[in-house]
Amino acid sequence: MGLDVNTKKLKKNAYRVSKERGIGASRIRVPGGYLDARVLGMVQEIAEEYGNGFVHLTTRQGFEIEGIHFEDMDAINEKLQPIIEILEINQEDKNSGYPASGTRNISACIGNNVCPFANYNTANLAKKIEKEIFPNDLHFKVACTGCSNDCAKARMHDFGIIGMTMPQYDPNRCVNCQACVKGCKSLSVGALRVENYKIVRDEEKCIGCGVCVTKCPTRALTRSKKKYYKLAIMGRTGKKNPRLGEDFLIWTDEESIIKIILNTYEFVKEHISPNAPGGKEHIGYIIDRVGFEEFKKWVLKDVNLLPETKIKECIYWNGIHFDR
Amino acid sequence: MGYQVTCEQAEAVFSSWKEQYDIFAPIRMEGEGCFSDTDVIRYGQPDRLSDIVWDKKSDYSFKEVLLKIHEVLFYFTEDQTTVPKGPEKEILIFLKSCDLHAVKRLDQIYLKNGFEDFYYKRVREKAKFILMGCETTCDSGFCVSMGTNYSDNYDGYVKLEADHALFDLKEGGLLESLEVLVSEAERDLNNAAKPKQITVTPDYVKENKEKVTLPKNLSNESFTKEIWKEYGSRCIGCGRCNFACPTCTCFTMQDIYYKENAKAGERRRVWASCQVDGYTTMAGGHEFRKDQGDRMRFKVMHKIYDYEKRFGYPMCVGCGRCDDICPEYISYSNCVNRLAKEEE
Repeated sequence: MGLDVNTKKLKKNAYRVSKERGIGASRIRVPGGYLDARVLGMVQEIAEEYGNGFVHLTTRQGFEIEGIHFEDMDAINEKLQPIIEILEINQEDKNSGYPASGTRNISACIGNNVCPFANYNTANLAKKIEKEIFPNDLHFKVACTGCSNDCAKARMHDFGIIGMTMPQYDPNRCVNCQACVKGCKSLSVGALRVENYKIVRDEEKCIGCGVCVTKCPTRALTRSKKKYYKLAIMGRTGKKNPRLGEDFLIWTDEESIIKIILNTYEFVKEHISPNAPGGKEHIGYIIDRVGFEEFKKWVLKDVNLLPETKIKECIYWNGIHFDR
Repeated sequence: MGYQVTCEQAEAVFSSWKEQYDIFAPIRMEGEGCFSDTDVIRYGQPDRLSDIVWDKKSDYSFKEVLLKIHEVLFYFTEDQTTVPKGPEKEILIFLKSCDLHAVKRLDQIYLKNGFEDFYYKRVREKAKFILMGCETTCDSGFCVSMGTNYSDNYDGYVKLEADHALFDLKEGGLLESLEVLVSEAERDLNNAAKPKQITVTPDYVKENKEKVTLPKNLSNESFTKEIWKEYGSRCIGCGRCNFACPTCTCFTMQDIYYKENAKAGERRRVWASCQVDGYTTMAGGHEFRKDQGDRMRFKVMHKIYDYEKRFGYPMCVGCGRCDDICPEYISYSNCVNRLAKEEE
């Protein structure tokens, strides 16, 4: 009797069909790429007991345990249970593994747990978003990056969340050393200048990267109490038209971003092509088809933007076109 | 006069002080550190005794209270100048022993260095000092090596514990507030917790983790030492060491003309740093010390050699703030020890 497995079910359960017959891989999502080191031992155990002893660190910061026999999936799902619980992944039935795989692991740069440039805790935000949007079968990619350096390549994602801070300036603490001016010029966009020995920030130019704050030796420049984000949307790789995400919202907040992502699921459910292969169509292509105005109408529903948020009323993506 | 009081009574004393004094103490400024979600401990005006950071050394010293970072000296119009008002209220500064020793250094430069500085003097005359003890040494300080670990020239000593507070106050205004509280408590028969008159001795550190030996034979020869080259390649000239230092006293002048009316303006003085570009720049762009190594040498030699030659004691008080704040992990204390070691 031949091996009779439902590949659609298996893929939804976060297993991959490999090029070797009967053999797949088990994919473990790690929101924000941040984990308790105990998980490593658990991954090792599964890889050695059920796999071929090798693990791929995925490009989205998960694990992919190679050499899995499809008939072991139930046993592996039980082994995955403590990992799923430690990483606090939403799950419907215990010991059944991952309930979906369409919405991918939320990746993140190391963020302000470690990095001096990061403007927020990227792992925490990744987990928060994961809690809101997983499980879901729709193909969504989200990444959180701490600052405009974008080490997480957030601009290659459907939703790229880039940390910002609004520099707070106390002229009474400023000694005109110009470390901020030099730092902004050499490391960032050159948004600062000196007038009457004090610093003037070009608000149009400033990208909220926070370099000036890290350079200030007297705490004349500090971070805003409120954390701000830039939301870049519809970046992607792919065979047709790879493109970088474009800024949609600048100086926005977590709540708005999460609501917009959730609204996008509704937009996609409404507009996804009925012929989408495997129910998978890049959101960007859907927007190309139905128009940005329609997208905006759906995603801004019930979103209360901050008064300081700048919104791009229309976005034109560029990128490389292989399909024309 | 020493007293043990409850924490509530201590807060009551603090409140009555607040009426008479502008009180400055190290407080935690949340989220205002260099990096995201980090705090800075620096001088501000606490609402309560419990707002004060007692158990950690402040990142920046009390210096900015006596010597503002940015101070307008006078406003000018076409034919007139106006000097801004000095402080109206008296000033009470909470500080640790190393910093109280730094006050002596500031006084030396601004009051006993040929002439008295008008702006410094008018603030200094209003200032009183509350000593905060150190139960244990901080990580980077070397106050014992510098002889600044102990102070008895305070106007008051306060220690806030979990369930009580200790005061040791010299005669005068500070003590009066406490005595009022004592006599009120005596009259209040229902109040079980009466202030107790006891002997209060300030906590002070007898040994540091960091120990520093000052070189004995520094001279102009020391200018050419190799180690300055090494520091020159490491220092980025940000000036944090100077700005955090309680004994650096340099400032620079700024004349500005108001944008809307260039016939009026102000003259200010702001802190300067011998590590930052521009400090020795002269007309024509000539600079005495262009290389960061030369600047570091100048600073270190001033702290432990030049100043002592003029005034008879070293300038550095061994608080260790410059070591803590350097983004390039340059340790001034290690530099001094290296200089001493080279002499062996």
